[in-house]
Amino acid sequence: MQIPNYMLNVSNLSVKLQNQTILDNINFNLEKGKTLAIVGPNGAGKSVLFRALLNLVPHSGRIQWGDKVKIGYVPQLLSVRDIPISVKEFLSFKSSANIVESLSSVGLDSKSISNQSLSVLSGGQLRRVLIAWAIIDKPNVLLFDEPTTGVDLDSEEAIYVMLRRLTKENEITLLLISHDMHIIRDYSDYMLALNKCMVFFGESKEVMNPSLQRMIYGEPVCIENINEYDRRFS
Amino acid sequence: MIELLMFSLLIGIFVGFSAGYLGSIMVLEKMALVGDALSHVALPGLALGILFNFNPFIGAFAFLFGSAVIIWHLGRVTKLPFETLVGALFTLALAVGILIIPAPDLLEALFGDITKVNLLDTIVAVTLSITAMFLTRIIYKKIVLGMISEELAVSHGISIARINLLYLLLVSFIVAIGIRIVGTLLVGFLVLVPAATAKIASSNLSRYAILSSIFGAISSFLGVLLSSYSNLHPGPLVVLSGFTIFLTVMLAKSFSKVSAF
Repeated sequence: MQIPNYMLNVSNLSVKLQNQTILDNINFNLEKGKTLAIVGPNGAGKSVLFRALLNLVPHSGRIQWGDKVKIGYVPQLLSVRDIPISVKEFLSFKSSANIVESLSSVGLDSKSISNQSLSVLSGGQLRRVLIAWAIIDKPNVLLFDEPTTGVDLDSEEAIYVMLRRLTKENEITLLLISHDMHIIRDYSDYMLALNKCMVFFGESKEVMNPSLQRMIYGEPVCIENINEYDRRFS
Repeated sequence: MIELLMFSLLIGIFVGFSAGYLGSIMVLEKMALVGDALSHVALPGLALGILFNFNPFIGAFAFLFGSAVIIWHLGRVTKLPFETLVGALFTLALAVGILIIPAPDLLEALFGDITKVNLLDTIVAVTLSITAMFLTRIIYKKIVLGMISEELAVSHGISIARINLLYLLLVSFIVAIGIRIVGTLLVGFLVLVPAATAKIASSNLSRYAILSSIFGAISSFLGVLLSSYSNLHPGPLVVLSGFTIFLTVMLAKSFSKVSAF
């Protein structure tokens, strides 16, 4: 049963690929309009969790999205170097109606950038174009796999400020994968720590707790549900 | 005689245009040589047609379509890249084809001959070219999105497996009709060189696709026209025309700082 005001309920989610357990018994809920940061070492299953949430990989357990969910997704890796495709053409793959509006809402001037090739954009510009891609058809959920890959530190902060503004203005529920503890603390409401299993789920300010950081990036100690961490460490 | 030339030119323009259009995807996917290799798979089909007295191009079509489906299936099962699978099949097909094809017909099969066409051939080639262009147009954006990010394409509701099958079938389609003009040995040119030429002169996708198609059409047109005046084989002349365009564009690009013209 859907819990009121929740955009996402995940229970007993497990993913096995080629007989290897990638994710084991993941349980969490996320309220509408909140931001969830997903954290964990390389190979922890963060991107696979996104793929499961998008129904792109076989999985067991239950993933329940809220009513009228519309998801915008941006993967971590793109191959744009060898493809002569302009920003306008790329965005029009999804929608040709709101190109100017979506570019301006990510801080890009459509007049100067629309006809530029994706392959010549800077890392920051490319990420902004990807965010424009994700929001162009007005989703109420955004999934971002490391939104600031290939972006310098100043632009990184600006992109998170912009993401926060966009999510607040449009009541978007945001799920993002990040390795940056300060970003997680400052720009997300909740965090989910993974290391194949669930290590932690709770408020993002906990991310600065050294013992939690050891748990996430050290030897994993798995919890079965979201209250167990509180019992163990409080 | 003039009528024959008109038929050949018409086929050349349409087949060159559609091959250039589909080839523009193949060059982006780094699969241009797949078209070349796949063309050799047609050889046993041509040979069977010649031996058993049915239209050799029907044999070529059947072999190309069959091998496209086999390659697609093997790709899904083995996860090997298409180019590896095509590479594995094409030498076998070439060997079998050369062994069974009668010697006098080998030259035509290898290098094509567009000068012996009639009205029906023209109607068939033009119709098939238009169909190939239409189908390519439907999958073009989906394939490019899959190249940018397979995950992005799948999350956008695109079935990569289905698109790949249609794409391989279209490649074999184009190769089969391209063989008529330039033959099995040179058909790789039709999908490779016009697209490569267009790529160095384009900064966006629509210009790239259009230029690739136009360069393909001009190459075929010039090759066939030169053949009628010189009595030389049209296939190699089509290739030489295409390379002349390639060199011209490359030189123009080198002398100009502007990326598009």
